[in-house]
Amino acid sequence: MARKIPEIPSASLADIAFMLLIFFLVTTTMDVDSGLERKLPPMPPEEQQDTPPIKERNVFIVLVNARNQLLVEGELTNVDDLREKAKEFMANPNDDPKLPEKTMKNVDFFGNVEVTKGVISLQNDVGTQYGTYIAVQNELVGAINDLRNELAKSKFGKPFESLDKDQQDAIKEIYPSRISEAEPKKVGGK
Amino acid sequence: MSKFRKDDKKELPPISTASLPDIVFMLLFFFMVSTTMREVTLKVKIHTPEATELSKLEKKSLVSYIYVGTPLPAYQRVFGSEPRIQLNDQFAKVSDIPDFITAEREARDEAEVPFMVTSLKVDQYTKMGIVSDIKQELRKISALHINYSARQKTKR
Repeated sequence: MARKIPEIPSASLADIAFMLLIFFLVTTTMDVDSGLERKLPPMPPEEQQDTPPIKERNVFIVLVNARNQLLVEGELTNVDDLREKAKEFMANPNDDPKLPEKTMKNVDFFGNVEVTKGVISLQNDVGTQYGTYIAVQNELVGAINDLRNELAKSKFGKPFESLDKDQQDAIKEIYPSRISEAEPKKVGGK
Repeated sequence: MSKFRKDDKKELPPISTASLPDIVFMLLFFFMVSTTMREVTLKVKIHTPEATELSKLEKKSLVSYIYVGTPLPAYQRVFGSEPRIQLNDQFAKVSDIPDFITAEREARDEAEVPFMVTSLKVDQYTKMGIVSDIKQELRKISALHINYSARQKTKR
């Protein structure tokens, strides 16, 4: 007759599991990486064609120098005021002749609407601090996001994020995210 | 005798701990699944800038990281105190970036390559010169989708 094998005690199972649990608790990093998402322009082709000139009223020029000061459309500006200025430029609510032109365009859901031709141009110095650069980028992206949100709320009664893809694309066509970055200047030294 | 006599001898039975391991295992699996191990040891000091218009990095496996910042004190004797680029576990030059991106691409499935994102983790006091150089290199190798890593700004 075979002898009975004694049962393996399972009392320590909990302890082993706890040890593993504590190890994973300690090594876990729960933080989700987040950041400003941008698309870089592709490299220009070798034989550079001249880009068609853009009218001055259609360009919103933002310059940042090595001392982290902002020159917006020829005026010294604080970062906090940049968003309002960019919004006014992109929306041009009163058809100001100094602000960008608009073209009629047929967009889904909206029919024929006026779409701005405005382009935001950002140029920084080699010595500009990265923090300032991100703050400026953030305000410019924020301005466009604000405009999209306002339009989404007035048209669909919902914020931009909770719209479906077609609706988002329609709004993106009306307020395109056109931020161009020029090559940095090397003026302010290191 | 009486029907309502007090039963002094009957004690409360001890709570069974037989299910304790199961509960702990459940927690364990949760943490094991949600964990992302830190892959690189940072050799540069990075304090990312604050921003409000953030978007989350969706697929972690498709992200390659480029770190820029001043070297930690332990490395300053060799690498100086100017901001440096760190790729994987070592300091690198701007000219190493194309190789790095190519290696990252080769490690992924071919179908996933168009969705790859390059995350720039840059210290907020770095000068833009080095960042622009990196961006030029990324443009040359057509890694155009980038993400400037930033923290959520606390509302004032």
